[in-house]
This record gives sequence, structure tokens and C-alpha cells, in this order.
Amino acid sequence: MSERIAISVTVNGVVRQAEVEPRLNLADFLRDHLRLTGTHIGCEHGVCGACTILFDGATARSCLMFAVQADGHAVTTIEGVASPDGTLHPIQAALSAHHGLQCGYCTPGVVITLLELQRERDGTPIQETELRHALSGHLCRCTGYQGIVDAALDVL
Amino acid sequence: MAFEYAPVPLMNTPAPLFGQSIRRLEDDALLRGKGRYIADIALPGMLHATFLRSAVAHGRLLSIDVSAAEALPGVHRVFTYADLRPSLTCDRIPLAMPSGAIRFDVDPYVLAKDEVCHVGEPIALVIADSRAIAEDAFGLIGVEIESLPAIVDPRLGLADGAPQARLDCKDNLVARMTAQYGDADHAFAHAAHVVDAQFHLHKGGGHSIETRGVVARFDAEERLLTLWDSTQMPHQAKRMLVKTLGLDESQIRVIAPDVGGGFGPKFVFHPEELAIAAAAMLMRAPIRWIEDRLENFTATTQERDQYWQISAAADADGRLLGIRGRLIHDHGAYTPYGVALPYNSATNLLGPYVLPNYRLDISLCLTNLIPATPTRGAGRPQGTFVMERLLDRLARKTGLDRAEIRRRNLISPDQMPYRTGLTTRDGGAMIYDSGDYVESQRRALNFAQWDDFETRRQAARKEGRYLGIGLANYVEGSGRGPFESASVRIGPSGKIVVTTGAAAQGQGTVTMLAQLVADVLGVRPETINVIAGDTAASPLGLGAFASRQAVTAGNAAHRAASIVREKILQVASSWMEVSAEDLELADGRVRIKGAPQMGRTFAEIAGALDGMPGYALPAGTSPGLAAANDYQPSALTYCNGTHVAEAEVDPATGVVRLTRYTVVHDCGRLINPMLVDGQVIGGVVHGIGSTLYEMMIFGEDGQPQTGTYADYLLPTADVVPRIAVHHMESPTNLNPLGIKGAGESGTIAASAAVTAAVEDALREFGVEIGELPITPSRLFALLKAAR
Repeated sequence: MSERIAISVTVNGVVRQAEVEPRLNLADFLRDHLRLTGTHIGCEHGVCGACTILFDGATARSCLMFAVQADGHAVTTIEGVASPDGTLHPIQAALSAHHGLQCGYCTPGVVITLLELQRERDGTPIQETELRHALSGHLCRCTGYQGIVDAALDVL
Repeated sequence: MAFEYAPVPLMNTPAPLFGQSIRRLEDDALLRGKGRYIADIALPGMLHATFLRSAVAHGRLLSIDVSAAEALPGVHRVFTYADLRPSLTCDRIPLAMPSGAIRFDVDPYVLAKDEVCHVGEPIALVIADSRAIAEDAFGLIGVEIESLPAIVDPRLGLADGAPQARLDCKDNLVARMTAQYGDADHAFAHAAHVVDAQFHLHKGGGHSIETRGVVARFDAEERLLTLWDSTQMPHQAKRMLVKTLGLDESQIRVIAPDVGGGFGPKFVFHPEELAIAAAAMLMRAPIRWIEDRLENFTATTQERDQYWQISAAADADGRLLGIRGRLIHDHGAYTPYGVALPYNSATNLLGPYVLPNYRLDISLCLTNLIPATPTRGAGRPQGTFVMERLLDRLARKTGLDRAEIRRRNLISPDQMPYRTGLTTRDGGAMIYDSGDYVESQRRALNFAQWDDFETRRQAARKEGRYLGIGLANYVEGSGRGPFESASVRIGPSGKIVVTTGAAAQGQGTVTMLAQLVADVLGVRPETINVIAGDTAASPLGLGAFASRQAVTAGNAAHRAASIVREKILQVASSWMEVSAEDLELADGRVRIKGAPQMGRTFAEIAGALDGMPGYALPAGTSPGLAAANDYQPSALTYCNGTHVAEAEVDPATGVVRLTRYTVVHDCGRLINPMLVDGQVIGGVVHGIGSTLYEMMIFGEDGQPQTGTYADYLLPTADVVPRIAVHHMESPTNLNPLGIKGAGESGTIAASAAVTAAVEDALREFGVEIGELPITPSRLFALLKAAR
């Protein structure tokens, strides 16, 4: 397993180059190699959604991808969501205002999914049922989802 | 469906903050991905650990050969029990809580010694340069195990001639006890109505989205072991490490960093916590172990099965005369928690009702499964479920409305405080301190439009839909002792630092404590630094369990802050030559009322109380602007509430969809209603999971068949209803703040209310549900049998 492959990934707008083992998954690459630890690992089998990132603008489970698959692609993680001046994104602010997070472990993945949803909706209001369906790929054990739903309804 | 629930968190506003939904201080870092969870901690020179675990439920461990694994490049060491034992003071981890009912010593080993008793039990610990290499080594470890018969069903485990779940215990009855008062048999002999029922209640795991994990570092120069631990109980972990490693209290520090959910299992000190600590001392290198999800299914304690045979007796008016029966409880293979789980079930069965006579015989059976320990609700939901289902069956038998039969049996407010016939598990009287249970039910029925339900049912029925409604009342003893610690300290920097033995896993403990202290000291909560979950910050502490931290740590912090406030006033009064009554605290200063420019900063006062060599302290005070308090609750304080659920059931498929959910919740005075709502709603959804989705399945050989979230279903956003929470505030006089716990109460009534709604939706089929969770296949089978 000593073979290493050179990759170049644009992460939160910055080109990052590394040599990685082929078996290294993208979540571990972001967390352990780039020290972007906001992307969390909850199940490593693609169900819980905590590791969700934007991959070329679309949500993806970083635990189900290899780092080498990201070569030449662009990744956005939770660390790249707030404005450069530190202002929270409205989705992040709404989650706090509606108590949409408790332990915070699932939160980065939820934020990323809501970012994609917001872009897709492009200002078209969303019904609660539809929103809940969109969030159904995230497991949250703390909130019962209601604060997350209320935050999203507020912003989307 | 329009509910009035609309949390409107307010921005920080001037005191009093008590009772206001201020936003959480924890949120900002967590929202940016700047939390610091256990897997985010990376130390220089850190090595990685994995555990080779038993693949069989029961067996004799004959031999382990680690030589090939240790030869693999990147592997530093493979530890077995024999390797670690010389570093330990004892063979087993002395976990068992004191209980005279426990017959055998079934404390766990750090790694399996000569017998494995459940799938997932750790056998060997691999230390390597990376986790991947450590996992590569698994295949090179030679383990020889002679398979033995496994006990999976506790009913079979208690049968005559059953195989032993553990070779060192002559039978499987690990504990037996009886909860009783009055004369149940006499009550049954004189009853107008009797109902008999059998229930198989399954409750799942904690399933925090962050698994467990440990990072250990031993500094040989200072002889200091630091353990970062994703735990609810850092002080308990430290106590266990002191006992087992032979270090003294000054040589161990345990830190719970940001913890990604607890829900019970992180209360338990697991063998991995000791193994990683011992290995870090032996290796002289920092070591990190992060549990993967499969390990979480097989090696993290979980709550599981109870089998009830139970009967209720009532008079002609539907008033309860007695309940009697038997509970068989699946205990698992070891005892990390004593008998608390089934005892909570037995005591919480009483609920908010007058029950004159009671006898429950409880048998705890050893099984070859991971130990059963509390998850959110901790056995109470099962007790509540049994009582509420018995009341519904009595309602059917007597012809009374389900709400009416409850109303007739509820403890009335003029009976408060109400002493039940039972004792709590520490032997104290079980006394309900305050609450208006009748009003709670009345309000819940009103909010849920119970009286109009038949109209909704009929309208749905005309569309071919089957709607049902269910009701459940509950109590929960909260704020368990013996104590919790907090200190409030201001140094010459002027920074207010609150430390506590409490530990947080998402409850908002930091905000709650800052809110209480900010009120007392007249500052904004965000200016306060709260340190929780670090044994170096608080010499004493317990941690998170039993819905207790607002009650215990909240009162401790409030008391400590009040002492600091008095000291500030005393010094300022002396310095400024004004009476303390003419002073006020605001914005980090003490100042003269009506002349706010005349004042002193906390920093100045703290600086003076820090002392100058050879000079007296001002105003005859004691040194330091600080106070500590260990708050000791005199008894449990009982919160209560009522849940009403509405469900739609598809008889063709057995699929249940929850359509409405109403909660009336009374936990005394609310410190931060938004946080309490979050606890209640999260708790209800946990209960919905136990009722409809979560099922840990084992084969007859003890092999887990649900090891992913594709097999084991947690509730998701699309299947849970909007939950309307309404508060009552019956203060308790058991603590100065009048508060009660709220962490688990949401879970306690959910199974009962949802099951009632499902049964009610199918009432024309006469379906009686005796088994949780209510999966579509189970419900379909019941419907098929009923037709």
C-alpha cells in the first residue's frame, strides 16, 4: 500500500497538492491531510450525511469517495461557507436563531445540503414536506430536525 | 396542519436573562466547522489504534498469535490482555454500581482474558502508524476460539438447564429483585375488572452521530496522563483510571472536548478507555482510537429487550386497585451499570397515577450480547408504556373514554407532595414534589383537539384513510445527586470564568450556566468563559446523566455567583463608603445606583483580592474573588407531562405515518425555553425511533444482523411530524431556582402515545400491539391475524 498518487484539488478556492495513497478516502484527506476537520465522519457508509461536501458544486458524501477521485476537481467544505470577513452565511445564522443544532456534529453536512438546496430553489419558496424530504439524507440525533426545518424555511 | 409553536429566540437583552430564549454561545464555532471533537485532536508523534474484536458471541479464547501482525511494516505493537495486565492494579475494571441484588462479579476485562462473551468484545489492540495499517494487521493475528453456546433470548437464558452465558457464573440470573408495596394479590381478588398483557419491549442504542473515541498522552517527565475522551463522565473516567492504573489524582487529567452527542452510552466507562490509556503509557507515545460505526453497533453499550407479563386490576369505576407481574430483562454479558435500567422501568411504571398495590418481580438475565445500559429515558419509557397500555385496555374493558379513565386515576394537585409506595434506587422515599397532572392532561387534550378527533377520523375514513389518536402521561425523576460542582472565579484580568463538573454533549450547558451567572453578576453571557468537562478545571464532578445538569450544576453555579456578587459588594461598599444597597452590578462593574460613572471594575476588585505581598486585603475579606459550590439535591425532582399523538396507518402495508404530535411539558421554571424545547423535541423523536424504526437484530447465534444505518433505521426529517410543545411551570421547592430536568422526558411518553394512536387507527380490526418497535411487517402480521 505504499504507492502514492499525486493529486491537485481546489478546496475552498485554494489549490491543494498532495501525494496520497489510492485507498485514502476524501473525508480523511480533508480532515487529516488538510486539517479541515469541520467535515465530520459519522458512519463511513454514506447514510448519515455528516461528511457532506460540495464536489464541483454538487453535494457528495466525502466518505464514499477516494481522494484521488477529487484530482482536478473543486471541493467546498464547511470552512469555506462563511464570508471571508467572518460573517456567517444566512443559513448558518438561521440554524443558530432556530436552535437547529445541539451537539453540532451533523451540522456541517446539513449546512452544505441547504446551500445546494438554496441554490437550486433560487428564491422559489419551498414546502415543508419537500424540505423534509431534502433533509432526509442527514441523521441528527439531537434536534428532532424541527429547528433545522424552521431555519431552512426561514432562509429558503 | 397549523400549530402555534414558533420558537422566536430573542437576542441578548438586559437582565433578567432567566426565562429568556437567548441564543447559544456554543453555536458560532460549531457552525463554522471549528468545533474540536475527539477525532479532530492530532498530537505530534501520535499513533493510531484499532481493536481486534470477537467474531463469535461466546467462546473460550484458546490462543492469540500476534507475531506476524507485529512484523507488518508500520505496526508498532499488538497488545493482548497478558501484555496489559502487568500495568494494571486489578484483573477487571471495577465498574459495578453497588447493588445487593447482583449475584455475580461480571465486571469487564480491559481485553478478553480467556473467554469472549459477545460479538465485538475487544481481544487485541493494534498500534500502528495509521488506522489503515492497524486494520491491515487484523488478518495477520492468529486467534483460536472454541465456540460455546450463546444465550440471546433472556427467557431461554433463565430456563432450567440453559447453557451458561459466562463460564464463571453458574447460572444466568445475574440479579433478581422485587418492586412492591401494598398487597397486590388481595387487590386482584376484589377487582371488578382485570386485564392481562404481555409485552416485548425493545429499545435501541444511543446512536450519537459521533462515535466514541479516545486520545491518550503520557508525559513521562511530569508523570501526567492526559486523556481526551468522548464521554459524558470525565470525572468518572478519571476515577476509573486512578483505580486501575495505580496513579494518583494529580497524575491524571481527563478532558471531554466537544462531544457529538451522548444519549447514555457515553456515561459508561468502556474497556477501550483504559486500554488506550495503558497503551499510551507503555508506548510512551500519544495514541488515538476512533470507534467506527460497526464497532458502535457491536461494542458500545445499548439498551435492548424486556419481556413483561403484567396484569392490572380496577374497580367498577375504572380506578386502579393493583398491578402485578413479572419482568425479564436482558442484561448483556457484563455489568457496567448495575440494576438501574429495569429498576427505572419498575418505578416509572407508577407514573402520575394513584396505584394502591403493586408487585413486580424482576429478573436480570446474562446474555451473550453487549451489555445493556441506559439510553435516553433509561428504562422509564418501558415502564410508562406498560402503565399506559394497561390503562387503554382497561378503558376498553370498562367502556370508559381513554382520557376519562386516566383522569379518574391521576394524582390530584391537592395530594402534592405525593409519596409513592416505592423507594428510589438509592433507598430514599420516592416523592413527587410538585406538578398538576390533571391540568397537564386537560391542556394537552385541548391543544390536540382530542374532543374533535372523531370528526377528523370520520372524514379521513371516508377517504379510505385510517387515523388514530393516542394519549400518554408520564413523570420523570430528574436532577439526580449526589452533587454537582461549579465555581465562579474572577482574576485581575476581569474575565469571569465558570468551571463545572458537568459535561456537555449538545444540551447547551455552557449557555445555561452563563445565562444564570450573567444574571447574578450583571454581565452579558457571552463575556463569561464556561469550562465544562475537564477534570483539571473542577476537582470534583459527576457529569451528564439522569436529566440533572441544569438542576445540579445550575444551582451550584448560581450559588457560587451569588457569593462572588456579595464579595464584590462588600469590597466596593468599603472602598466607596456607600451602603451595599446603594450599589448595583452592570457591564462588569459595580457602581452607585443613579450615578453609574461612580464605580469600580470587577478587575480592580479581583486585583485587590489577589493580594499584595505584606498588605492586608480590603474590607476584611477572604482572598480571591471566587467561590465554589457543590450543590447536593436533597431528592429527585419530578417533571411531568402529557403527549398526544395522531397517526395514519395503511392497513395494506402496515406503514405508520405520524400526522400530529402535541406535548405539554412541565419541568418547573424554565431557564431558557428554546433549549428546553430542543431537549423535548429531540427526546420525542428519539422515542418515535424506538417505537417505529430502531431495531437491533441478533441471530440465534448472537450475531448482529443490523450493523449499518441502512439496516438499523434512525428517524429522519421526512418521517417525524412537527411537534408542538407547550410548557407549564410548576416550580419545585427542592432547589433554590425551582427548576427540574428536561433532558430525557420527551422520550418517556412517546412509545406509549404513538402505540396508542396506531392501535386506535386500527380499532375496527381489534389489533393489540404487544411488541416494539412497530415495524410494517409486524403490524401487517397482526392485521393478517386479526382478519
